[in-house]
Amino acid sequence: MNNEILTITENRALTDSVYLMRLAGSRGENRPGQFSEFRLEGLFLRRPISVCDDEGGVLSIIYKTVGRGTEQMKFLKEGDTLDALTCLGNGYDLDAAGESPLLIGGGVGVPPLYMLAKELIKKGKKVSVILGFNTRSEIFFEDEFRALGCSVTVTTADGSYGARGFVTDALPETASYFYACGPKPMLAALCEKASFPGEVSLEERMGCGFGACMGCSIMTKGGAKRVCKDGPVFKKEELIW
Amino acid sequence: MVNTEVDLCGVTIDNPVIPASGTFGYGYEFAELYDINILGTFSFKGTTKEPRFGNPTPRIAECTAGMINAVGLQNPGVQMVIEEELPRLKKVFHKPVMANVSGFSVGEYAYVSELIGREEQVGWIEVNVSCPNVHGGGMSFGTDSKAAAEVTRAVKKVTDKPVIVKLSPNVTDIAAIAKACEDAGADGISLINTLLGMRIDLKTKKPVIANVMGGFSGPAVFPVALRMVYQTARAVKIPVVGMGGVSSAEDVLEMMAAGAAAVEVGAANLTDPFACKKIVEDLPRAMAKYGIKDLNELKGVR
Ligand SMILES: Cc1cc2nc3c(=O)[nH]c(=O)nc-3n(C[C@H](O)[C@H](O)[C@H](O)COP(=O)(O)OP(=O)(O)OC[C@H]3O[C@@H](n4cnc5c(N)ncnc54)[C@H](O)[C@@H]3O)c2cc1C
Ligand SMILES: Cc1cc2nc3c(=O)[nH]c(=O)nc-3n(C[C@H](O)[C@H](O)[C@H](O)COP(=O)(O)O)c2cc1C
Ligand code: FES
Repeated sequence: MNNEILTITENRALTDSVYLMRLAGSRGENRPGQFSEFRLEGLFLRRPISVCDDEGGVLSIIYKTVGRGTEQMKFLKEGDTLDALTCLGNGYDLDAAGESPLLIGGGVGVPPLYMLAKELIKKGKKVSVILGFNTRSEIFFEDEFRALGCSVTVTTADGSYGARGFVTDALPETASYFYACGPKPMLAALCEKASFPGEVSLEERMGCGFGACMGCSIMTKGGAKRVCKDGPVFKKEELIW
Repeated sequence: MVNTEVDLCGVTIDNPVIPASGTFGYGYEFAELYDINILGTFSFKGTTKEPRFGNPTPRIAECTAGMINAVGLQNPGVQMVIEEELPRLKKVFHKPVMANVSGFSVGEYAYVSELIGREEQVGWIEVNVSCPNVHGGGMSFGTDSKAAAEVTRAVKKVTDKPVIVKLSPNVTDIAAIAKACEDAGADGISLINTLLGMRIDLKTKKPVIANVMGGFSGPAVFPVALRMVYQTARAVKIPVVGMGGVSSAEDVLEMMAAGAAAVEVGAANLTDPFACKKIVEDLPRAMAKYGIKDLNELKGVR
């Protein structure tokens, strides 16, 4: 964990309610699947947001406005600073990827997969991505994944773009491994349906974000685990749904 | 030069700053961040006889200047604490630690205290009779003078370590309960534990906390905590450890001016992992600013 004061260099809307923020001053030590906890004005608890990218001293995050904290974030301007705890959580296990890993993201579960895809491609893997959204207007980052060289499938629940249905409807017969992030029902369905091994990133309400308060505990097959410190990424076979 | 040393039930500690139980784990998450030996001591996570998973999630809710937690005493059980947590802690913390003990019966409090009290690393036993997050235990002992006294007596019987009884603010007459514990042999009193609180999510119209209610703490509770520390310090002769909303060196001084012998810091550790380090380092400056040469001058200012 690092405590870093980061300076906003960009903060713009990707859709009606999803924003991309870039912050300078990062030590560049975040791994894919890790998250940061941001202190916001007038709020007691920090807000956890996944790392979307961390390169060249710039930390990128993508957030959806759902409440007081994220609504406040969208009004922050270039030059404003944020106090962040960074490099939190275990991150994805890149060694498990095999040759042709599949990355599956739903909604604001998509962002952490970007840095993961980038790292996997650097390692010479053939990366496929399934991005699931409710409807066409909510789609973001499709082009960014393509630009990395991933093979991309987009699903929309209402069929307004790409394949109609959920990410699980677009699941291929085989892949060497899967990495997923998204809403809990999606992850549960995925773990049930995927015949190949994989891991998923979970969310829980957090008190601290670094393992001290036991606020985020879940029961797994290997006993009680803290989502913030032992996770947020857990192997499929560890989880109890 | 100012003197930050204080006496806590016969043990001298370098400064009065003590991370509160449940907000500092068993220490080593913080030991990765700074040398935790700069602390007076710390109180580790509430420990019970059996391992406990605690309550379902969500266990945490945001509040104005504070938070609600309903962790429900998640801990690995006294045996594991002795076999694994304490040896691990020994490598990073070389001072006596405060063992926070909880239970669901008088017998369980005594059982856990006896075992943990035998550990050389343990300097004090803080008996939590005030956890609002478990049914049929914890707080029910701390809201009744007779039950609190009974737990105190049972724990005193099985250990030579100083026994500090941690009280609940969810009572009408804190002085009476503190007095009952003192009469039953307690070496010290600590307070406040969390205030019973609740939040509702207007989007779902359901309680935010899965357990519906939880313990409210953080800066918002400071005035209530200070008032109760003041009342308690006037009612008993044994040392009082003050806590509730403390997040700065000034808050520490204010608690001590209200009669606290030492001060615990809870929720502040969660939002700023360096909170206690900053308070310890800032204390001499704050003392100088208010013309305090020795913290012991402050105690009992009325
Ligand atoms: C490990 C992790 C990674 C995350 N990554 C992202 C991301 O990359 N992009 C993104 O948009 N969102 C992400 N989230 C969800 C994000 O943390 C919440 O949407 C955000 O905290 C909401 O804060 P708020 O003040 O706007 O909402 P409010 O509803 O006002 O928040 C109230 C409290 O609930 C908590 N909370 C609310 N929703 C969630 C949630 N879904 N998960 C955890 N806590 C929540 C808040 O942190 C806060 O303590 C992540 C959550 C976790 C745990
Ligand atoms: C997440 C959390 C967990 C806690 N767990 C315990 C516990 O196990 N035992 C205990 O005696 N008090 C526990 N407490 C209470 C604190 O030790 C302290 O009494 C209370 O939070 C008031 O201090 P604060 O306002 O500084 O947080 C817990 C508090 C929090 C926030
Ligand atoms: S949020 Fe505190 S332990 Fe995970």
